[in-house]
Amino acid sequence: MSWLIVGSVPRADFPLAQGDYRLQDDTLFLDGQRIRVARGTPALMAVAAAAAEVLAVPAPQALVAGDIGTGEGSRAVYAHLVENIAHIDHAGLTFHYLLPDIAWHNQVLWTLEARNPAPLLVADAGFMYAAKMSGYAAHYDLFTPDAGEIAFLADEVAPHPFYTRGFLLQEEDRVPELIERAYAEENAARHLLVKGKTDYVVAKGTTVAEITAPDVPAMEPIGGTGDSLTGLVTALLASGMEMTQSCRVAALANRHLGHFANPTPAFGVADLLPFLRRALERALE
Amino acid sequence: MIDFLRNLFRKDDAKRGVSEKGLLLYHSTGEVIRAETLLKEAGVEVAVKGPPPDLRQGCDMVIEFPLLEEMRIRGLLEQAGLAPMRVAAAQDHLLEPVSLYHVKDFGDYLMVRAANMKITMDKRDRRIVNVSGGGCPDVPFLAETLVGKVLDDAPEPRSLGRTLCGYSLQLAFEELRRRCPG
Repeated sequence: MSWLIVGSVPRADFPLAQGDYRLQDDTLFLDGQRIRVARGTPALMAVAAAAAEVLAVPAPQALVAGDIGTGEGSRAVYAHLVENIAHIDHAGLTFHYLLPDIAWHNQVLWTLEARNPAPLLVADAGFMYAAKMSGYAAHYDLFTPDAGEIAFLADEVAPHPFYTRGFLLQEEDRVPELIERAYAEENAARHLLVKGKTDYVVAKGTTVAEITAPDVPAMEPIGGTGDSLTGLVTALLASGMEMTQSCRVAALANRHLGHFANPTPAFGVADLLPFLRRALERALE
Repeated sequence: MIDFLRNLFRKDDAKRGVSEKGLLLYHSTGEVIRAETLLKEAGVEVAVKGPPPDLRQGCDMVIEFPLLEEMRIRGLLEQAGLAPMRVAAAQDHLLEPVSLYHVKDFGDYLMVRAANMKITMDKRDRRIVNVSGGGCPDVPFLAETLVGKVLDDAPEPRSLGRTLCGYSLQLAFEELRRRCPG
């Protein structure tokens, strides 16, 4: 299925760019621009492209703009989506590092939902925050929160993970309780892939899989391993795989990625990429 | 007209929603006016409002601001000597930022987490080796700026960040410096 990754590049001078992209070593090429793969949306794009190659499906396309936190690039992306909806005919979209903005979020969501059939919608990072803050979380097909972010989803009044109330502790062993609360408050997508020491695959409030092995603690401090997980699930969904199976395989593949790379906490996502084929093939066995 | 009706329907359809606004509290009305002027001149969308009953501890006006820009706004106000008495979330005035730090020792590496942000340092040379977590777009930018730098030489996240994720990283950064003084 055709897929569109929507996010940002951590550079102030990067223009709005959309279309097919390719990965070569640790560099992405998109619309005449070069993007170094370190973390954030470029990491998601890199892993999605590498995984699509393993799955023998077309790589997703991307829509990104430079944003270093001012929101300028995010707003350019939001506006481009709304103004060019006639050309957004992808079967699914993955939203990533965008400055949360409820007004723009709502315009984007309503515009996409007006399509027939409506595309599958995956949200991670800043756009997931906006989706929860808007009150439309349940309109999404998949969120990919970590332990801190599931506590944020579980807190019906928190406007950002920074303001999650203290009694909703971000403890790994409380994740099942937080998942339940997020659904009770209608702040969860139809499916969740909660990443952590245990990865939880959740469908409509019911946990359908827990993945605990292989366990590689050094993956936690590495920036971009959450992005790599979202990239994996994006490629698997784009291959036509069913949602819960995509989440389970993605979680397993991301763990194998750590196992095969045997990283230290000083690794970057680009150091993990050479192991992606082997990791995904193992997860698919 | 169709869009108007659809939007009406959509608003009813949203079961929950959270205000994206924060409140700046001051002791005096004069400070409110000066802070409002300063922030407006800096291009921040702010509005002066009456405080909710449970926040009437200072003057009778508060400044409403975009909560995600809290870090940048604190910086602007501190530079001008106008640091607020208190910052609160508009949605629930009892909300306070996560204040617990989580520390994980990986042998040669130490990771500190504040709220949703983590920073990791190589204990042998005090070099920052990783930044992870968060979801606002200044996080990957801050990470690329900080990673590889020795803790004492690294710029403080507050000098470059703009969002609440950046502010969380600043807290983690300060805690790492406190735990690993040079």
